[in-house]
Amino acid sequence: MSDKTTSSNKSLLNDAGTRALIFQIVLLAVVVFVSYYLFSNLQANLANQGISTGFAFLNQPAGFPILIHLIEYTEADTYGRAFVVALINTTVISLMGIVLATIIGVIMGLARLSNNWLVARLATVYVETLRNIPLLLQMFFWYFAVLSALPSPKNSIIFADFFLNKRGIYSPNPLFQEGFGIVIAGFILSIIASIAVIVWAKKRQTRTGLWFPAYWASLGLIIVITFLALAVSGFPIEFDLPQKSRFNVTGGMVLPPEFVAVLVALSTYTGAFIAEIVRAGILSVNWGQTEAARSLGLKDSLTQRLIVLPQALRVIIPPLTSQFLNLAKNSSLGAAIAYPELVAVVMGTTLNQTGQAIETIGLCMLVYGTLSLTISMFMNWYNKKMSLTER
Amino acid sequence: MKSNVVKLLSTAAIAATISAGAAATTLEDVKKKGFIQCGVSQGVPGFSNADSNGNWTGIDVDACRATAAAIFGDAQKVKFTPLSAKERFTALQSGEIDMLSRNTTWTYTRDTSLGLDFTAVNFYDGQGFMARKDLGVTSALDLDGATVCTEQGTTTELNMADFFRKHNLSYVPVVVQKADEALAAYASGRCDVFTTDKSGLAAHRSKLANPGQHIILDETISKEPLGPVVRHGDNQWKDIVTWAMFVQVNAEEMGISSKNVAKIKKESNDPGIKRLLGAEGDMGAQLGLSSDWAYDIIAEVGNYGEVFERNVGPSTPVGLPRGINNLWTEGGVMYAPPVR
Repeated sequence: MSDKTTSSNKSLLNDAGTRALIFQIVLLAVVVFVSYYLFSNLQANLANQGISTGFAFLNQPAGFPILIHLIEYTEADTYGRAFVVALINTTVISLMGIVLATIIGVIMGLARLSNNWLVARLATVYVETLRNIPLLLQMFFWYFAVLSALPSPKNSIIFADFFLNKRGIYSPNPLFQEGFGIVIAGFILSIIASIAVIVWAKKRQTRTGLWFPAYWASLGLIIVITFLALAVSGFPIEFDLPQKSRFNVTGGMVLPPEFVAVLVALSTYTGAFIAEIVRAGILSVNWGQTEAARSLGLKDSLTQRLIVLPQALRVIIPPLTSQFLNLAKNSSLGAAIAYPELVAVVMGTTLNQTGQAIETIGLCMLVYGTLSLTISMFMNWYNKKMSLTER
Repeated sequence: MKSNVVKLLSTAAIAATISAGAAATTLEDVKKKGFIQCGVSQGVPGFSNADSNGNWTGIDVDACRATAAAIFGDAQKVKFTPLSAKERFTALQSGEIDMLSRNTTWTYTRDTSLGLDFTAVNFYDGQGFMARKDLGVTSALDLDGATVCTEQGTTTELNMADFFRKHNLSYVPVVVQKADEALAAYASGRCDVFTTDKSGLAAHRSKLANPGQHIILDETISKEPLGPVVRHGDNQWKDIVTWAMFVQVNAEEMGISSKNVAKIKKESNDPGIKRLLGAEGDMGAQLGLSSDWAYDIIAEVGNYGEVFERNVGPSTPVGLPRGINNLWTEGGVMYAPPVR
């Protein structure tokens, strides 16, 4: 009876499934309409004002110089190439910053937990100072502090073939001669060999319980094989040495103060946050775990490495990921002190010379989005790998 | 039903687009809100600079004031938006400001592809270099291998590259986001040379700790005609800004200044002067302005010579000679079309 009533009342609108579908369609239509409206409005207005649109400018010659370029770049190259140069600069500073910040963070995090009163206090002062001062200010500090502390090029500090002055750190630049392929081949071979040694050592340890110093052995392998390859090919490297010239030091490799200042500022600032995350992670592991490890006779270093850290990492990784993302995005502040990263080159110079705000800012957003998502994906994978595997 | 929806959507879209396109003219907007929103620099002495009370002065500021005087008969009806070099065009394109008067160089690309129109030139400039005296540099051609500091987002960046390429000289570019930090980097010794427009060099040198230790090299490596900019497509507004400048140059040529303009309007028999000052005919109507628009500009802001002397002339801290910016009758290039 009751069954009959419901079925007679059942119109299409009362069906949950159909209703959900209708809502979905309406929502989709609204989204499509709004984006179409915004896009066509933008197009019409840009056309009305006579502002050029599109990405054709990427093939135009840029005409401006870039201080730091890891690939060949001259003023005659295109805006597209300038974009790639800037992209590389952003990626390099972000990745190096992430590695350095992690090292600093772990050391400082452990130092804060140290039983040594002085070490623990110093680490506290470091963390509290650095994370409470705006990053941009710290960048200016490092940039202008570095610049004012160092000597002028005329009075460079010289150590062997290394020069240090306001314009940067100059070192000999290795130029690879013919036959260097043998050295590269040797290096690759040595890496394969060391991976084999590590895999073998691990298998043996699981089988017999015997321990083998695989990491030291593989380091030795890499050095010995690479050196042998160098000797066989007759040391095919020449060095371009830096020399004093009228204004500057020329030749060699140079690490400009802009790069150093941005890297130091980014890694010490983010390092302070990471230190707190590491400390929290380690404190989250129950003290009983350490006591249990000790009662099994494990050394302190092994206790940390095998018992405490793997458990702490589960707590550390998620907030660490957001620190890495922050660092990558904060690298855009380098524009303020002449580090030619994405914001400086694309949203600064390119935008100003071409006037194509939507395109250039869109490109930058795309790059930061991609960079952040890539870091995020890697960290999520690592998080999954380190998470508790329940048996 | 479906086709109805599509029709409705597309009609709405078209209507919205049209309404966005057919906005009121800039003059109507400005009259309605009662002031001009004018984009200026973040502080270049003599061009646009705010004192501790927030009062703006400078040649570029006076271009905005002259336009306000023409429209409202009151040169104070201007609000200023300080802009960095890289923000300035977007601010104008998006309508955030009504006119841009920020020592901006008139170039082909800017005039044709940015959706902007240049009006008149209020200062003829050229790019130069400033170096420390103790380097012993006398010519820009000695700069092979030098490190050069400059501000980002300007024609300076490109001129510098062109100059060094043309003369086959090597150099290290340090391009800093803001002028003040670029100057600080130069002052701290990061660079051997600081480059920007020569007027800017003089202004920046006056900010350094020991201005006497720095020289401005003789070479001028580029043409930098600076002037106010408006949005492309509003011809009436462009005419007003352009002629506000021309009136000042014509006034100087005719010997009319803020001090004698009232007397001359009453007494002059020269039909050219009578036309200009609105004593005869109604020249303002063609611009949508009152007949004493030019009179107000001269009375409130002064002629071009007065503006120059007051802001950047030899008696000011910037201390620039009149040079190329003199009237054409005095050996310069300031030459305005006649008001008739």
